[in-house]
Amino acid sequence: MAIKVQREDFDVGAEIAGLTAGRTDIGGVATFLGLVRDIAGGDHVKAMTLEHYPGMTEKMLADIEAEARGRWPLDETLIIHRYGRLEPGDHIVLVVTASAHRKAALESCEFLIDWLKTKAPFWKLEETGQGEHWVEARESDDEAAARWAETPHKAAE
Amino acid sequence: MRILYFAFLRQRTGMGEETVEAPANVHDVAGLVEWLKTRGPGHAEALRDTSAIRVAVNQEFAGLDTAVAANDEIAFFPPVTGG
Repeated sequence: MAIKVQREDFDVGAEIAGLTAGRTDIGGVATFLGLVRDIAGGDHVKAMTLEHYPGMTEKMLADIEAEARGRWPLDETLIIHRYGRLEPGDHIVLVVTASAHRKAALESCEFLIDWLKTKAPFWKLEETGQGEHWVEARESDDEAAARWAETPHKAAE
Repeated sequence: MRILYFAFLRQRTGMGEETVEAPANVHDVAGLVEWLKTRGPGHAEALRDTSAIRVAVNQEFAGLDTAVAANDEIAFFPPVTGG
């Protein structure tokens, strides 16, 4: 179980290897890797700066992770979220879940990124040809998170 | 009280945080917002539309009717956009 909020980049392969090293009980690992896109709303994105609320960010990510562990039988989880200035193609976020079976790993990974997007206190400032602007929250993200409200606990067991 | 501002609220107030002593008649987030708006034009503009703002009291999401007290940490920010 690990949560990292950091400025530095991460190595996806090394992170997964670290999570599964010496473990023979894990049967499936699911990952979500979020990257900076170069187009947003038709504008060319030169860079984005991620701001966060130190302290509350780690607390919310821990709460979200605890919720996932209550719902699915997970052997390991990892959430890494970067902050600071990032350019198109850069890594933003990594969610890794490991379980005995694929269903728990896949479902919990999707749950974690959906909830993270609506509950973890991060904000994106985009730099485009039109200047700088704060990215607005999307209703579709709220809907994606709300989908999980009715998922029965330990549904995948 | 320790007040924190993030994203556009930080830009409009011109500060990331401030320590304030709210008047005795401020008991909840709504009252605090009304009082903070009197601290200057930047504050008034940042806090003008409470529907565009989210608030956390002691690092927990809160509402306009959440109680606030002298030693609380209260943060104002727009809806989150991480991930």
